[in-house]
Amino acid sequence: MANILIVDDSASMRNMVMTTLQSAGHQVKDASDGQQALTCAKGGKFDAVITDLNMPVMNGIELVQNLRLLPSYKYTPILLLTTESSDSKKSEGKQAGATGWLVKPFNPEKLLATVARVLG
Amino acid sequence: MSIDVSQFHATFFEESLEGLDVMENGLLQIKSDVPTDAELINTIFRAAHSIKGGSGTFGFMAISDFTHILETLLDEVREGRRVLDNHSVELLLKSCDCLRNMILAAQNGDNIEDIDTSSLVTGFRELLGEPGAAESAPKMEKTDQESDIALKKWKISFQPEPRILLSGNEPSRLFRELKTLGQFQVSANTTRIPDFDQLTPDECFIDWTLHLTGDCTREEIEEIFEWVIDECQLVIEEESESRDLPCIDDIATPESDGSNTRTVADNPTPSANSNKTPPGTNTSIRVGIDKVDSLINLVGELVITQSMLSELGNNFDMSKLDRLSNGLEQLLQNTRELQESVMQIRMLPISYAFNRFPRMIRDLSSRTGKKIELHLSGENTELDKTVMEQISDPLTHLVRNAADHGVETPQERLAKGKPETGMIQLNAYHKGGNIVVEICDDGKGMDPARILEKAREKGLVTGEQVLSDQETFELIFEPGFSTADSVSDISGRGVGMDVVRRNINSLGGRIEIESEQGKGSTFRVHLPLTLAILDGQLVRVGAEVYIIPLISIVESLQIKMQQVNKVAGGMLLYRLREDNVPILPLYSEFGIDPDNRELDNGLLVVVEGEGQKIGLLVDDLLAQQQVVIKSLESNYHKVQGISGATILGDGSVSMILDIPGMVRRAFDQRNKNTVGNHQPRAA
Repeated sequence: MANILIVDDSASMRNMVMTTLQSAGHQVKDASDGQQALTCAKGGKFDAVITDLNMPVMNGIELVQNLRLLPSYKYTPILLLTTESSDSKKSEGKQAGATGWLVKPFNPEKLLATVARVLG
Repeated sequence: MSIDVSQFHATFFEESLEGLDVMENGLLQIKSDVPTDAELINTIFRAAHSIKGGSGTFGFMAISDFTHILETLLDEVREGRRVLDNHSVELLLKSCDCLRNMILAAQNGDNIEDIDTSSLVTGFRELLGEPGAAESAPKMEKTDQESDIALKKWKISFQPEPRILLSGNEPSRLFRELKTLGQFQVSANTTRIPDFDQLTPDECFIDWTLHLTGDCTREEIEEIFEWVIDECQLVIEEESESRDLPCIDDIATPESDGSNTRTVADNPTPSANSNKTPPGTNTSIRVGIDKVDSLINLVGELVITQSMLSELGNNFDMSKLDRLSNGLEQLLQNTRELQESVMQIRMLPISYAFNRFPRMIRDLSSRTGKKIELHLSGENTELDKTVMEQISDPLTHLVRNAADHGVETPQERLAKGKPETGMIQLNAYHKGGNIVVEICDDGKGMDPARILEKAREKGLVTGEQVLSDQETFELIFEPGFSTADSVSDISGRGVGMDVVRRNINSLGGRIEIESEQGKGSTFRVHLPLTLAILDGQLVRVGAEVYIIPLISIVESLQIKMQQVNKVAGGMLLYRLREDNVPILPLYSEFGIDPDNRELDNGLLVVVEGEGQKIGLLVDDLLAQQQVVIKSLESNYHKVQGISGATILGDGSVSMILDIPGMVRRAFDQRNKNTVGNHQPRAA
């Protein structure tokens, strides 16, 4: 199963994503902002990264840009957690190098389906 | 699906309530005449955004719908399309209240729909210039279109841009998904692939023509390409007749297992359900990681000390006595540090209590037409969680009073030559093992004559009593005393200063007043750092050991008989500089047989409580040490003059003296016996 990094400043969202992914047998690590996530990413290799957009310290877009600069994350699937109201954010995220997005609100099934989509 | 999202509710409620505090604080910093800091708006937006995302995900659609409208407004502000005026800030603040109620309702398991948001929603619609019809919030999932469709043939030409691989989008992934929709054939066009020496592995030079036969809609196909739509040329056509093409089953990827993504989604392990807890039942405390680290460090040291001692104990002989006493010394230090660290965990910055005041002052000023500026300082001063919870109400009362009775109207202020805007300062700081919280206003101050008049009217003071200004101010803490001429909406509702003082006293704290007419008043609340441990002075009376809280001790002295005066009723007073301090022999209070009943050369511990001093006659002063307070009430029953008990190092139980209680007792006796100065009594 895959090794996944989840980045969100909301603990409940983080918990929900973690528990769901773990229940599907994935290894999950979490971070509460982009900066923390970047440190985590540098310290290990993740098969996929799921990140929120609006976060303090370093937001999701900056995180994607920074991850793509790392050789080991050049092709890694990165999913953005976004809401419908931030359509412009989707293209901004794509520009930064994100693989795709998951629209909030989502349920555990949707999350697992989307993650499965990006994992080879 | 076996994952029950309700297990995340408690965290969601907690962080949402925190988010609302963040929003509220942010909103209160917005001044209409000053351009708003972009980061501030971002912070407010982020809080709203998180609440919306979480509430939708965890099934609180009413909260999500309502937050969505707020977010729309904030988004416009964030993007510079709108400036927040006072009206919108007001509306947003009210929405915070409303959301808080909704979240609390959800937490209590009440129906969120019962909370009326319609007037706020209308307000936002007007601001946003939207039609009245409620905009539907994002749905949980797109409902699948009716799939009662006959088999269709689709031709898809897909020409990705070279950079597509750099966003982690493998074309093979898309094909794998398309394959789930029906029968699928793909042919690759490789003519654009450059010569080997010009080939960059990062880039994709292949385009594909795909044929799909299945009962799928155009939308379903588009959804698969959703993430790459901006990075490719995509043409999806419905074919009228089928064309036979050679089937290329192995499409650019070795992984061609058709058992698609749903396998994972449908059969997750059921473990997530096992740790289900009802939402919102536990109260939790946020602890800084540094505090936890320091605890772990200390435990590490404790383990080292323990193993050293146990090794010593294994084959001990007298030659190792030095090492043993060193080890015990170290153990003592470890224990003390560990105790301090554990106590630190309960400590919260006083900003938790202060945070509600900016909002309150804002509301009060708009309701009273006064202009008030609030200054906070020392917000990071830490206080025990329990003390914090119990001090909130008294502080609120004091701040309300300052705004309501203290600060004058702008007209009054201008007439007195003061700046139009009044000032209320809240300040917290450490002072000698105590926390002091000051509530200070630059308003009209207290009028001793008016207080005295009122006190006479209420029969609290008899005609011939002469009181100093300070003693007069103390009168406002008497039960049933209120100088507000009319009961206003804000304060003066009869829950008076007596309750404030009683609450503060019950925490082991005290309150002081300083006031100058025309200049303003300062209320100073002294609070203990914590309720669980106190620094005590051990004293001995006969065979009994008592503990006097160190904080209440003024000084200890040896009695000189020439300083002792006897007044009517047998009360003894000790002349201590300008004060006459009543002497209270502990042996007679507790009916013990002492070593010494003589006053001359006796040991007198002068203590202070409720602003009054008394002297306690004891036999001996023993050590000073920190003691853990055990409740006497829950283990035995309440005893007058005793605030609790503790267990000493030798295992014996020792009583902790209730100094304010002792002071009250002493002055009760004195009031009974004499007709001297009036002494205000606590409730």
